[in-house]
Amino acid sequence: MQKRIKKAIVFSMEEILNLLKGDARLSAEDIAAMTKKSVNEVRSLIKQLEDEGIIVKYAAIVNPDKVTEQRDSVRAEIEIQVAPEREHGFDGIAERIFRFPQVKSLYLMSGSYDLKVIIEGESLQEVAFFVARKLSTLNGVRSTKTHFILKTYKENDVLYVDEKTDRREGVTA
Amino acid sequence: MNDANKRADRLSSLMQQIPPSGIRKFFDLIIGRDDIISLGVGEPDFPTPWIIREEAFYRLEKGQTSYTSNWGLKELREAIAVYLEKYDLHYSPLNEILITIGVSEAVDAVLRAMLNLGDEIIICEPSYVSYQPLAALCGAVLIHLDTGINGFYPTAEQIENAISPKTKALMICSPSNPTGRMIPGEELEKIARLAQKHQIWVLSDEVYCELIYDGKKHCSIGSFPGMKPYSVILNGFSKSFAMTGWRIGFVCAPPDLMNQVHKLHQYSSICAPIMSQYAALEGLRSGFDEVEKMRLSYQQRRNLMYKAFAEMGLPVSEPEGAFYIFPDIRSTGLSSDEFASELIEKYQVAVVPGTVFGAGGEGFIRCCYATDVGKIKEAVKRIGEMVKAHR
Repeated sequence: MQKRIKKAIVFSMEEILNLLKGDARLSAEDIAAMTKKSVNEVRSLIKQLEDEGIIVKYAAIVNPDKVTEQRDSVRAEIEIQVAPEREHGFDGIAERIFRFPQVKSLYLMSGSYDLKVIIEGESLQEVAFFVARKLSTLNGVRSTKTHFILKTYKENDVLYVDEKTDRREGVTA
Repeated sequence: MNDANKRADRLSSLMQQIPPSGIRKFFDLIIGRDDIISLGVGEPDFPTPWIIREEAFYRLEKGQTSYTSNWGLKELREAIAVYLEKYDLHYSPLNEILITIGVSEAVDAVLRAMLNLGDEIIICEPSYVSYQPLAALCGAVLIHLDTGINGFYPTAEQIENAISPKTKALMICSPSNPTGRMIPGEELEKIARLAQKHQIWVLSDEVYCELIYDGKKHCSIGSFPGMKPYSVILNGFSKSFAMTGWRIGFVCAPPDLMNQVHKLHQYSSICAPIMSQYAALEGLRSGFDEVEKMRLSYQQRRNLMYKAFAEMGLPVSEPEGAFYIFPDIRSTGLSSDEFASELIEKYQVAVVPGTVFGAGGEGFIRCCYATDVGKIKEAVKRIGEMVKAHR
């Protein structure tokens, strides 16, 4: 019985989470109406999601290409090979890397390199300079490979290219 | 150009008696107007899932562009036979399942294969708009069953009262377009017994069977004991897989009826488009996760719209399936047509007046909630303003 209640709560949280992932500005009132719950129940489930760190923050999703158009910035993906440290594995060096404000994303990868970094800068030179001066000189970094991002089509499930699909006629049976 | 041909009877008199669809008028009113929020559509707002679209590209690339068997692709019929098992329907892919150009062609072909001049067909209304004209074209007598008196689903008792010695067939649709209501299992069982007792066909349009909410389950008339010889199951991919433009439906019936349907289909259509059939097959193989996502999204929007109408004080039954809601607007003192016309003109929201769907529709409007949440909220706000202005 308790298991079933728990399962229902998990489902409710997932439904709310998916709604907020689609539109973080949906009000608790709207979510309550859409999920047939009371506003208080929705508020408390959202709070629980926040408290548990499942919802980290509410932020606008910005089309990176439109931003780079406006203020001349470039993004690059950098593949880094590192020698893991005895005590910290990859986490120590990762921490040194993600603290740079230029670093927008950082992933530990399997395969032919170890860390994948997305960085943003104002120009190719600035990015290249950052890689050469800051990243490749870090203790433990064995090699870096820089790929500049030319266009973003889709990121985190969001499409950045216009795709008008609703061609429906206004009134049909 | 018509001046030259002066024959008075140059057009079919039967065809001329068929009224144009009542939806046409509203369609013309809103065409080309971007300022109108339309709740008047009858199809999903999702594009077909990519996995399905991609399969069609592949088939085109491979040059698979021929006719198929008149029955449809064998693999598709086999996959449909397996799919139908989940509703306890058992049909042979060899001679009991036929792929049609949407459910619309299936309805037409079945009616023509079944009805003689003067046969009566009972149509549970309000209903989808094609049943009546297609039956009328067969020279059948239409018996309009008003389900409005019973919360918009037919009861066995009501049907029995409408049965005469001339009754050949009964047309049902659950979940229903335009009301979203379902016929409860117990009632269906009674209807099944009636059909057997009076030896009548039951044509069951089940095209919305995958779009059912709150954990309820679809129940097919064909699943009751002894019902197979009396049942015609009509279904398709348009609504559940968001594939309206692909035109893939199917019909399941006993072989003797199917042989007649097969002839008609062979002469009028040959077969449904092959790439659409392959796409539908991919839907059955790997599209159900996407169907579930869409279903949940419709459910959320149904909840939103249902709550809004309830708060407006308009009586409305909660839809159990499909993507329509059918509120009662009689408290405004307006007819369905007046309400829908004023709503377009003064409030820029399009809905379909209930009268379009036959008996029991007067005093109601059909609103489709397969549209985005922002538009739904704005539309119901405007409807609320209009309702208030008439009280």
